[in-house]
Amino acid sequence: MKTISSLLDKEWHERYRKISSLNIRSSIYDITNQCNLRCKGCFFFSSDEHEASTEETDIEKWYQFVGKEKERGVNLAILIGGEPTLHLDRVEAFYSQLPSYCATNGLIKISRDRFPDMMVGVSLWGDENDEKTLRGKDTFAVSSKNYEGDPHTYYLYTITPKQVGRIEHVIKKIVDVGLKVHLQLLTNEENVDGFFWSEENLRDVRAEMDAMLDRYPRTVISCKYYHEIITTGTMMNRKFGWAECPSVTEPLDKRNPQPKSLIRFIRWASDLKTMHRCCTSATRDCSTCKDGAAHMSWVMVNKREHLQSTKDLQNWIEVYEMFAKLYRFIPW
Amino acid sequence: MPVSTDNKALIIRIAEIIISELKLEDISPETFDPALDLVDELGVDSMDLATVVLVLQDEYGITIDEDDYPKLRNIRMIAEYIEQKRTA
Repeated sequence: MKTISSLLDKEWHERYRKISSLNIRSSIYDITNQCNLRCKGCFFFSSDEHEASTEETDIEKWYQFVGKEKERGVNLAILIGGEPTLHLDRVEAFYSQLPSYCATNGLIKISRDRFPDMMVGVSLWGDENDEKTLRGKDTFAVSSKNYEGDPHTYYLYTITPKQVGRIEHVIKKIVDVGLKVHLQLLTNEENVDGFFWSEENLRDVRAEMDAMLDRYPRTVISCKYYHEIITTGTMMNRKFGWAECPSVTEPLDKRNPQPKSLIRFIRWASDLKTMHRCCTSATRDCSTCKDGAAHMSWVMVNKREHLQSTKDLQNWIEVYEMFAKLYRFIPW
Repeated sequence: MPVSTDNKALIIRIAEIIISELKLEDISPETFDPALDLVDELGVDSMDLATVVLVLQDEYGITIDEDDYPKLRNIRMIAEYIEQKRTA
């Protein structure tokens, strides 16, 4: 039987010990159904999730809800929307009680006086032209001014098939404003013409993501195993899909057999009562889902499957470290 | 009441449960080191432990609170924990 210490040297074992004690329990919260953008391919609107519930408007109920979530064992609140910064009082209800991460398009600046160390992920969908095509405006021009040099902010760069071969231009812009970046891939939720992934451009984008990591290791928060998983949809000869996804809301999860999943994971709608099926839209074809967090979690919950070899276990450690950095459990 | 940590039958049975539930290969209950750290050496995570705990609860008629998981680091500690619960 293979053990951790038989596979890792002292340095890697120490890295393993640091993350194995984290015991991250995340859940996702829709802060609002509203947004100040309407991006082509946004799962929230394309799948009508913005109409899945009304919004709870009583801020006291938000505070009470977060208190109950904390009692439920959640130790990482991932705040999404809609656009969470449209309701910073609700964001504050989480931040004041739980380690919180806020996903935003960056158009509204989150005050560091009010949220000194909250991790902020700013969405970015490509270069100026891509952003105008998909989101109606160049958000980077605004978000980079709002967050330049912020140590608790990174860009969440969603790469589309049309950007293959042009990623470095975007990475350089991020380097220039002193921020970090995490890479993920577009799931073509709205079947926008020309934005489907082919086997060939998935191979190409993987090579390009690897190259960016090698060239900008202090800026790109990623690892090559994650690039492999997200572009191939394959892990240890298993294919990602509904039967494997770990990010399914636990009380709604009736799969049989049960795959390894995030413990107590729930994605809550903004009425604080309705639960969504999973971390992304219920209308999505899971076999083509490219959700970065779901793929990271898929690796993370399958730790013992990575005890096959030293390289496999090191790969697992790097993915877990990446996740822990992105959500501020360990420093950059 | 003193706790018998030399309860070999209990230790063997816990090893059987862990091997079966976690589908461990290349090990038998008899060769499973009861002091082996399940997290730091076997890579057991909280979901794995929850799976094992469900069987232990059924088999020994005890309740194991999740807050107690850190007390279940190896088979010997699990055996001690079960004995304490059963004699409490």
